[in-house]
Amino acid sequence: TRAMSITAKAVEEKLAQSLEAQSLDVTDTSGGCGAAFEVSIVSSQFEGKSLIQRHRLVRELEQVNEALKVEMASIHALSIKKCWTPAQAAAAA
Amino acid sequence: VRAASGGMNPELKTTIDELVNANRVVVFMKGTRQFPQCGFSNTVVQILNQMESPYETVNILADDRLRSGMKEYSQWPTFPQVYINGEFFGGCDIMIEAFKSGELKEQLEVALNA
Repeated sequence: TRAMSITAKAVEEKLAQSLEAQSLDVTDTSGGCGAAFEVSIVSSQFEGKSLIQRHRLVRELEQVNEALKVEMASIHALSIKKCWTPAQAAAAA
Repeated sequence: VRAASGGMNPELKTTIDELVNANRVVVFMKGTRQFPQCGFSNTVVQILNQMESPYETVNILADDRLRSGMKEYSQWPTFPQVYINGEFFGGCDIMIEAFKSGELKEQLEVALNA
């Protein structure tokens, strides 16, 4: 097929730029076909937001990002494992 | 947060409003608490069982109108969808994250004592 499958690195780069992430981990859980990712993010942009607001923020970024949009349609599962503020990350360390 | 937008049938919206307001914890899921029909829905049921929280479940596989209506009502594309105290709390990922961090325990205590 001509469709280029999206890589964990591509997802990571886009999220890093948009969220000014302090720490970001994107893992391809699909076994390489690029259809399922797990994401963990630490960003100060999550301050003062509920979990659902944080997850919405991440998902909206996927939707609005032109570079990812086309390929995102072929992602079956983007699982957001962690949306932490820097303070939460420090407390957990 | 009532996010229901334009296209939604008002009767269906009222039905959902009643469901989420009449119960402190409601899970809109695939299958039932006794017989979840998807791993994500099962995970949420197991978490709530472990928290020993009272909760109601609604099987969205039994009602196509409700299934599409809930996506619009919550502005969230997937199931399960968990409502706590009338507010959309999240899906499976959020339930796991909140369970691990202790936030779910807090939220449930607030909801059940409200």
